[in-house]
Amino acid sequence: MKQEIIIAGFGGQGVLSMGKILAYSGLMENKEVTWMPAYGPEQRGGTANVTVIVSDERISSPILSQYDTAIILNQPSLEKFENKIKPGGILIYDGYGIIEPPTRKDIQIYRIDAMDAANEKGMAKTFNMIVLGGLLKLRSVVSIESVIKALRKTLPERHHHLIPMNEEAIRIGMEIIRPQ
Amino acid sequence: MAEEVVLMKGNEAIAHAAIRIGVDGYFGYPITPQSEILETLAEEKPWETTGMVVLQAESEVAAINMVYGGAASGKMVMTSSSSPGVSLKQEGISYIAGAELPCLIVNVMRGGPGLGTIQPSQADYFQTVKGGGHGDYRLIALAPASVQEMADFVGVAFDLAFKYRNPAIILADGVIGQMMEKVVLPEQRTRLTDEEVIARCPWATTGRTQHRKPNIITSLELDPAEMEKRNIHLQKKYAEIEENEVRFEELHCEDAEYLIVAFGSCARIAQKAMEMARAEGIKVGLLRPITLWPFPSKAIAARAAQVKGILTVELNAGQMVEDVRLAVACKVPVEHFGRLGGIVPDPDEVITALKEKLIK
Repeated sequence: MKQEIIIAGFGGQGVLSMGKILAYSGLMENKEVTWMPAYGPEQRGGTANVTVIVSDERISSPILSQYDTAIILNQPSLEKFENKIKPGGILIYDGYGIIEPPTRKDIQIYRIDAMDAANEKGMAKTFNMIVLGGLLKLRSVVSIESVIKALRKTLPERHHHLIPMNEEAIRIGMEIIRPQ
Repeated sequence: MAEEVVLMKGNEAIAHAAIRIGVDGYFGYPITPQSEILETLAEEKPWETTGMVVLQAESEVAAINMVYGGAASGKMVMTSSSSPGVSLKQEGISYIAGAELPCLIVNVMRGGPGLGTIQPSQADYFQTVKGGGHGDYRLIALAPASVQEMADFVGVAFDLAFKYRNPAIILADGVIGQMMEKVVLPEQRTRLTDEEVIARCPWATTGRTQHRKPNIITSLELDPAEMEKRNIHLQKKYAEIEENEVRFEELHCEDAEYLIVAFGSCARIAQKAMEMARAEGIKVGLLRPITLWPFPSKAIAARAAQVKGILTVELNAGQMVEDVRLAVACKVPVEHFGRLGGIVPDPDEVITALKEKLIK
């Protein structure tokens, strides 16, 4: 199994940390993982993106031409990455940040209104975990148990009381994702 | 107990490895994309555990001269920076090489020239392996291609530096510094005691005793006859390093008709390109120099006898390609593909270059 994923959106949406949680969860399952951020000025106020590769085998390039899955959280990122998804691959986008929805016919397109759901439920800070839930519903990259284990391992203990809320966010994401 | 596998950035791995192998001192100045080295050291506070000194100097020039002083006393000392900062260090590096002191310099390259960009580059290859500072000197240059190698090469670099009394450099780039991968860190060791330092470095300025002549560390020698002797001694040492310390990795070279030579992040991208080309039926192999100096010239020359052409993939306008051409001595075509100024190519671009430049 190998999953090549791009996560892209605005800086501050939790793009890099979502990627980090995914990578840590892969680590919990003894998989090979690579997390490669676009670092630099684009992180601060502009667009941010991160490539996450989770694989059973040694990973060669952290830089990719095409992706199995793209998680797109704003319009500029859609324009940048829609054409870089492998035919048959998956595109997940949040309707909140996208004015002109994707049009490709040779990929599977899903919409997740995670921003709306997060605001409605007063869980704005778990927005990225809702999106992650959507991904995990479609692609069994890692198990939810591994995500929880990763959160427990990476969060300082004083934040462990927030883990159930994150778990809830993942479940919400799994419920609200739907084909475009 | 099983080894603990952790996930971290290449820069963080360097910092953790330095603490664990018992480095005595780090002197640096922040610059993207390597600032996490200093940041991680500051967070870990090794001065409270191993006694390691971590100091943010007032400048890169100050930092390299602190390294000079620490190395003269036989301590394991290091600095790190990125391209413009490493340019500032060149005078100090030449002095350290001239005084034959062991130390580690880390360069996490970014695009130049000048202040350039903060994005990844490999355009400091010439600076690293051909001099950079003045005089006939060499640095032992290691090029990691993974976060694991970022951690491992700290120890390797210090071992080589002390074995040959010569500065060593880890030449990485923004990709390897910023990406996170799995890594197993070295075991925690204690730092050497003063007695152990004196035993390992009888040449060091460890405080004069009545039983020996004073140790003098300097690169200055005004008598040209003596200075020539000193240079000949250095050249003999460099020849010995070239004989004994070449490191490289070969992937799918046995049946290769075309060879890619690439180091660091480019070797990873080229590996993917190689896998994709092989899926198309093109027999491509990859030779990855791990030591950029000493350069794996013999290994490349040996493969040149077998392949139809060689492509170097570099994040520069064509630097290592010159050393590959020297190694190959015109036996087969050697072409270069590079992106400049902080742009990193994807594997598709490498395949296209391979086809356009070599297969045609």
